Amino acid sequence: MKTRLHVDWTRCDGHGSCAELLPRLLDVDDFGFPVSRSGERDPVVPARDDDAARHAVRNCPLMALRLYDAAS
Amino acid sequence: MSTPTIRTTTRRLLDAPDHRGSLPRLGLAQLLEAVTASGLTGRGGAGFPTAIKVRSVAAGARKPVVVGNGMEGEPLSHKDAVLLTRSPHLVLDGLETLARAMHAKRAILALGPEIDPAAALIAAHGRKVEVVQLEGGFIAGQETALVNQLDGRPALPRDPFTRVTESGVGGRPTLVLNAETLAQVALVARNGASWFRSAGTADDPGTSLFTVTGAVSRPGVVEADRGSALRDVLAAAQPLHPTAVLVGGYHGAWVPESSLDVRLTRSDLAPFNASVGAGVLHVLDDSTCPLGFAAEVVDYLAQESARQCGPCLNGLPHLAKNLHRLAAGVRDPQLPIEIARMSAQITGRGACAHPDGSARFVASTLDVFRDHVSAHLAGWCPSRIRRVS
Repeated sequence: MKTRLHVDWTRCDGHGSCAELLPRLLDVDDFGFPVSRSGERDPVVPARDDDAARHAVRNCPLMALRLYDAAS
Repeated sequence: MSTPTIRTTTRRLLDAPDHRGSLPRLGLAQLLEAVTASGLTGRGGAGFPTAIKVRSVAAGARKPVVVGNGMEGEPLSHKDAVLLTRSPHLVLDGLETLARAMHAKRAILALGPEIDPAAALIAAHGRKVEVVQLEGGFIAGQETALVNQLDGRPALPRDPFTRVTESGVGGRPTLVLNAETLAQVALVARNGASWFRSAGTADDPGTSLFTVTGAVSRPGVVEADRGSALRDVLAAAQPLHPTAVLVGGYHGAWVPESSLDVRLTRSDLAPFNASVGAGVLHVLDDSTCPLGFAAEVVDYLAQESARQCGPCLNGLPHLAKNLHRLAAGVRDPQLPIEIARMSAQITGRGACAHPDGSARFVASTLDVFRDHVSAHLAGWCPSRIRRVS
């Protein structure tokens, strides 16, 4: 089981706090919106980033992030 | 709509006699067995196996909703308009067969504003099917946007995290199938899987409707076997000095004239990053600048964005602006690099297929017409050199 990070793009407004909290996982594009560094649509969250990912989900001002368990 | 049809020897869908009296009543297990064995895939664009979609919706706890998608938001596509005018009973047969087998709560045929509803309304008489005409637009047929509109919300895509197969119309598991896919389901239910597989290839069986547009003498809708050579499907429409064919519409990709013998299958089209999609084949002739054409298309795609997701909202106008500069002959060698970078940046981000499809079209344009791009950067346009003969 892996934990993945999902962005609801219809909510995201590019505040950028997620990319600051998860620099190993996310970059920002030219317009300040998050970009998955691995290129995966919903990037895998490694265990060492688990706390930071939960922090990012709680701190997104638009509640655009969620974590979920995936089989692969 | 008065899109003509082009008669070919393959005529399963367009001249189908009205067999309604003999519509077989299949249980879910029987219907699923037939659809699975047929190998039918969706004809609306994504090409997903129909049986898998039906099975996942049928597995839901609540009675499902079955929706026929006749939105046809792609401006180059007219095949659903033609099908729903010529053979609406086939589409409704498919919808009704599925709805009965799945014990559906509702069966809805959703038509876009470009579709003349008259024939479908007559064919729906006496059936437990709702026919509704909805607001259109390029993305209105994306299944989450369609579900939103059917529930009285704006026709905008939603976050796909919760699939409509789990929670769609009215919160019920929802099966959304393209109008042509439903017609194919009706034919499978009536004639069986082995009849269905007698056309097409083993990997990609059956027939499909194609809309042939652009530089052709006789534009229109053609039915052809799956896996036909692109050249053969185009032949009936009589292409005029083709230089490339846009396969799959504005979210599609180009096949150059040198490769027109390619077969229209997933594997043969993969090297071009193309897929049959909803069957749009748009022919570009050698006196139309492909970069100018692409810039106009991306303008349109930018305008059709739902403006919900940052990558699409910001990325598409940026792509359009730089494509226009390239088409206009601005000699900046960074332009194609910047366009390619932005195409890659928006891919895989956004709630619906719009950014990915738009980026695919742009990347294919730069790749297939790379000599044309080089010519523009050198200050001339090959499309403006007149033919001698």
